[in-house]
Amino acid sequence: MLTANHQLSAERISQLQTLATETRIKIIEMISQAGSGHPAGSLGMTDIFVTLYFEILKYQPNNPTWRNRDYLLLSNGHICPVLYAVLNLAGFFPAIELNSFRKLNSRLQGHPHYPSLPGVENTSGPLGQGISQAAGLALALKRDKKKNRVFCVMSDGEQQEGQVWEAYQFINKYKLDNLTCIIDRNRIQISGVTEEIMPLENFKSKLSSFGLNPYEIDGHDLQQIYSVTKTAMTDSQPSVIIANTTPGKGVDFMEHKSEWHGKAPNAEETKIALAQFK
Amino acid sequence: MTTQTNIQEMAATRDGFGVGIVEAAQNNPLIYALCADLTESMRLEKFEKLFPERFVQTGVAEQNMIGVAAGLALAGKIPFAASFAVFSPGRSWDQIRVSVAYSNLNVKIVGGHAGLDTGPDGATHQALEDIAMMKVLPNMIVIEPCDAQQAREATLALASYQGPAYLRLSRPKYPVLTHNGEFKIGKAETLLEGNDLTLISSGSSVHDCLEAAAILRKRGVKVKLINMHTIKPIDKKAIIKVANQTKNIITVEDHQINGGLGSSVAQVIAQELNRSIDPEVKFAMIGVSNFFGESGSKVELKKKYKIDSQSIVSQVISLFR
Repeated sequence: MLTANHQLSAERISQLQTLATETRIKIIEMISQAGSGHPAGSLGMTDIFVTLYFEILKYQPNNPTWRNRDYLLLSNGHICPVLYAVLNLAGFFPAIELNSFRKLNSRLQGHPHYPSLPGVENTSGPLGQGISQAAGLALALKRDKKKNRVFCVMSDGEQQEGQVWEAYQFINKYKLDNLTCIIDRNRIQISGVTEEIMPLENFKSKLSSFGLNPYEIDGHDLQQIYSVTKTAMTDSQPSVIIANTTPGKGVDFMEHKSEWHGKAPNAEETKIALAQFK
Repeated sequence: MTTQTNIQEMAATRDGFGVGIVEAAQNNPLIYALCADLTESMRLEKFEKLFPERFVQTGVAEQNMIGVAAGLALAGKIPFAASFAVFSPGRSWDQIRVSVAYSNLNVKIVGGHAGLDTGPDGATHQALEDIAMMKVLPNMIVIEPCDAQQAREATLALASYQGPAYLRLSRPKYPVLTHNGEFKIGKAETLLEGNDLTLISSGSSVHDCLEAAAILRKRGVKVKLINMHTIKPIDKKAIIKVANQTKNIITVEDHQINGGLGSSVAQVIAQELNRSIDPEVKFAMIGVSNFFGESGSKVELKKKYKIDSQSIVSQVISLFR
């Protein structure tokens, strides 16, 4: 299924890894200085966001509403630190503004707000809403015969919202093959382990039975993220990529710990965390 | 090519919406209509037939319908998302709040079968809280037309208005009171002139007010009737003016008394009393007083829950006493 032209060079992978490290440093710094935020999912989805923004999505940072751009809608808005960090690296706004995250009069709201910040394409926070927005956007683009692609990032805990399954039925009905969903399967949520709080398995077969084409990837393998996403984009049916990720990826004391779903590191923890990226 | 329809016969506000949305779509290729399995009830059959490529059937899934509407608006479309008001905004309020209002997207929420007017379906289907839910949202405007002609005009006005809006519609047919070209968002309409008392109302209650005014006129009370079709932003100037002119104001609505049209009028009066409003002004509110409805005919229900013409007359008499 994977074709040879969906390959990244070793050199490019190395460049993307450097960007991922820069992104993770920015995430820790943003959440630390804000004193609140969601590090686990943000760090876990970093490799995917870096690959999307630096290899896959078409956009113009100086012309954020460019009509031929691809759209990324974040449905699990709480992981916006990774979105903000990557948008900054992509040139949508200056780095200094990252310091305003979660502060008064900021364009970097605690959960993303459209149309406050260039590059942020939708408002999200309450789970389950971004997928419906993405479906409506994809439907409009498809009916207008436009080539723009729509991506929607969701979390695994988010799949507990009924609205998500309303949206899946809709996406299947209207054959929205211009939409690619990427789900952060990090197996934690705010109160604990996802499979204990509300089992999602067998997730892949649930998706298939809804008429969607499911893929499963290692969400930290840049080559796999790239090649599977490129393949999914050429599908004639709507596709969903389940990305197995490590929540808190890159900071040893945060990895796989649900307590880091929505907690900021203190000064000492920040120091230790940042040292791990050197 | 535009067809201008002048609705003159007995019709429901939902009928006026059905006519208006087709006209709006003929004028503007960006107009979309969404429906959650109530195509006939929300009078979208003609739209679906004429503009299948701009019609979206979401099935019984109001939350997704609002999200999809938001997504269509992100793409520059002008979606009208229609269902019964108990379901949307009733069930889709969080989606309206976050995906539509907070993003200030150009989505029109259309809620049908509002009020006790819905009749035999019972309390589950009688929206008596929707005005409260919608007027509290920043960026959202709220409109309840009093007849089919006005519903048609309100639909056309909303199609050209940029921003989130709620259009409240009802089920039964009523005579047409208004004329083509009279409707303007935010501008209250005087339907009857009188100096003794002002009734301020919206939607089907306007018709009950007309009946009450006729009874009162026979008893020598001259009633001014204001059709406050735009509940938000409320026409503050009109309220101040009629308060000072007639000194007596009663609001009438087919909605909970908590948080509806009456409370918006009360807010203006309370804030303006002793300023631009004469302190002698007397004020009362007629609406559903903290009850759920039940099955019954609209006439029986309005009588039982004291929002019919006779209840208006009694309230007027007690206000004067």
